[in-house]
Amino acid sequence: MTTKSPAGPRTLFQKIWDDHVIERAEDGTCLIYIDRHLVHEVTSPQAFEGLRMAGRRVRRTDATLAVVDHNVPTINRNKGIAEADSRLQVETLEKNCKEFGVTLFNMKDKRQGIVHVVGPEQGMTQPGMTIVCGDSHTSTHGAFGALAFGIGTSEVEHVLATQTLIQKPAKNMLIMIEGQTGPGVTAKDMMLAVIGKIGTAGGTGHVIEFAGSAVRALSMEGRMTMCNMSIEAGARAGLVAPDEITFNYIKGRPMAPAEAHWDTAVAYWRTLPSDPGATYDTVVSLAAEDIAPLVTWGTSPQDVLPITAKVPNPADEKDAAKRAAMERALEYMGLTPGESLEDVRIDKVFIGSCTNARIEDLRAAASIIKGRKIASHVQAMIVPGSGLVKEQAEQEGLDKIFLDAGFEWRDAGCSMCLGMNSDRLKPGERCASTSNRNFEGRQGRGGRTHLLSPAMAAAAAITGKLTDVRKMQ
Amino acid sequence: MKAFTKLKAVAAPLPLINVDTDMIIPKQFLTTIERTGLGKNLFNDIRYRDDGQERPDFVLNRSPYRTSEILVAGENFGCGSSREHAPWALLDFGIRCVIAASFADIFYNNCFKNGILPVILPHTQVDVLMKSAEAGKMIEVDLSTQTLSDGVNIFTFEIGEFRKLCLINGLDDIGLTLEKEKAITAHEQSLMADKPWILKSA
Repeated sequence: MTTKSPAGPRTLFQKIWDDHVIERAEDGTCLIYIDRHLVHEVTSPQAFEGLRMAGRRVRRTDATLAVVDHNVPTINRNKGIAEADSRLQVETLEKNCKEFGVTLFNMKDKRQGIVHVVGPEQGMTQPGMTIVCGDSHTSTHGAFGALAFGIGTSEVEHVLATQTLIQKPAKNMLIMIEGQTGPGVTAKDMMLAVIGKIGTAGGTGHVIEFAGSAVRALSMEGRMTMCNMSIEAGARAGLVAPDEITFNYIKGRPMAPAEAHWDTAVAYWRTLPSDPGATYDTVVSLAAEDIAPLVTWGTSPQDVLPITAKVPNPADEKDAAKRAAMERALEYMGLTPGESLEDVRIDKVFIGSCTNARIEDLRAAASIIKGRKIASHVQAMIVPGSGLVKEQAEQEGLDKIFLDAGFEWRDAGCSMCLGMNSDRLKPGERCASTSNRNFEGRQGRGGRTHLLSPAMAAAAAITGKLTDVRKMQ
Repeated sequence: MKAFTKLKAVAAPLPLINVDTDMIIPKQFLTTIERTGLGKNLFNDIRYRDDGQERPDFVLNRSPYRTSEILVAGENFGCGSSREHAPWALLDFGIRCVIAASFADIFYNNCFKNGILPVILPHTQVDVLMKSAEAGKMIEVDLSTQTLSDGVNIFTFEIGEFRKLCLINGLDDIGLTLEKEKAITAHEQSLMADKPWILKSA
């Protein structure tokens, strides 16, 4: 039984993988150890029920953290959850956590928030770890150089029971972004540019490592935004090599390595970056200078263009299946080929989600909004990623900037990213959204989503239409 | 989990690319705490009108596709959210096999946990089967020989050995993993020695 990759230079992904293989079968299928498991209310009830039926326990309650996020209201929280089925799901998680001994951040806990904001914020997410959650945006945690990916409920049950998963190693893709980004260009634009280039299936079967000077220059928040949307590029996981920015972010957080182990941990983390000469299955390069502030026009995250562009014409697409998808998307979005994206009028603005609801995102939005008012026909809301993000923003006075401009200042949760609570678009409503998916019906049946950065969303709120943020800086 | 061996059934053609799991089962049905009962909501927003009436043009609302057990779809099927409610909804409707040129990774994996066989074929072969499905022909799948036939053409497909074994025997992989208790404990002991911070945080 071999448990190591071939000797020689290894990538970050290969190093983490090798360190977690417990057993490797003939066909390459591995049993890998899972260091951290995040749990939320939507994808866990059936998993806990499975444990109960089989008389199994949670193997490592100390490596498991549960949080309510998808269903929770972001307003009038003291009144509880109005929808009976959402309430039942949240109560079921509370009951399960109590029964199985899992720590839960419930709705009243100020540490509560979106699972992928909470994990890093608590210092639970660390380099070199394997981290899973029944949620595709678990890829977010890869920003720390952790192998983190989303799993289904059956696998949630498998991890709860065994602290392992049965997996085959993925292929490895390197995405290099060199250079310096221009004004108004954020991590969100960099990632939308990647998705636009490789497509939503471009990363299928791969783990993506993001590298290059433009990635190195990003804060942890920016790296999380990029890794978060790896799944929109088809990759289960994204990775950024850990460095001083990573270590500084983790140090002192509640679940960070204990003081006595800190130096040993950092010494190990420093061994993780890919070795010189390590090879990848696929390499993609982008120049940071070529990336403009971007916005999506269609119903797939790959339908992305610079804000200065015009709505594309399906007649120019040669592939029949793609042409049909474009026609369908434009009809759904209510857009006409040739129309300037900057002329597209919006109804709502949503600044939130596991992609863009961290403190830096709120600061970026506030910097555009400060001293301005939102357009009279627009309803705009800010949904911080966690109670702690909200608290920090209030300490910095950001809430006042948002409220003065006419924004709603909500409590933490997934909210209108997927509209499982009552924060939804109505049919035909058009939303400038900092979230991650513009699928048909994603934010509400018939709702139309344009994905963009927090600064771009803020600009759209002010003018009432999709807007080039560079004109407002 | 129900074992998958052979299946001969009506196949529904769904020639859309990038069908996401939001489309397969929209968010309003994710509040369930059960695995069953989602079949009636499968493809809800494209299957029903706003007033709840069936859209007559949607494939699963037409004869003979109401009883389909196979789905032939465009590339990158099952992209987006990791929700296992997507395969649960397919299974609850009666779909046991999905054929496409490619699948999103998490959805592909989730299928195997629910006795659904996802079959990856080259575009040209999917196109052939799409036409057969549109003509209402039955498609026959044999997992043991890894073959698939519409009565005229026979295609072979690839599948991982371990996944095939679990599917054919309907194995519960948690049970299999728990037999490796010693190896898992040994890994944890080595962590305690080499990387104690992973086992014990501050």
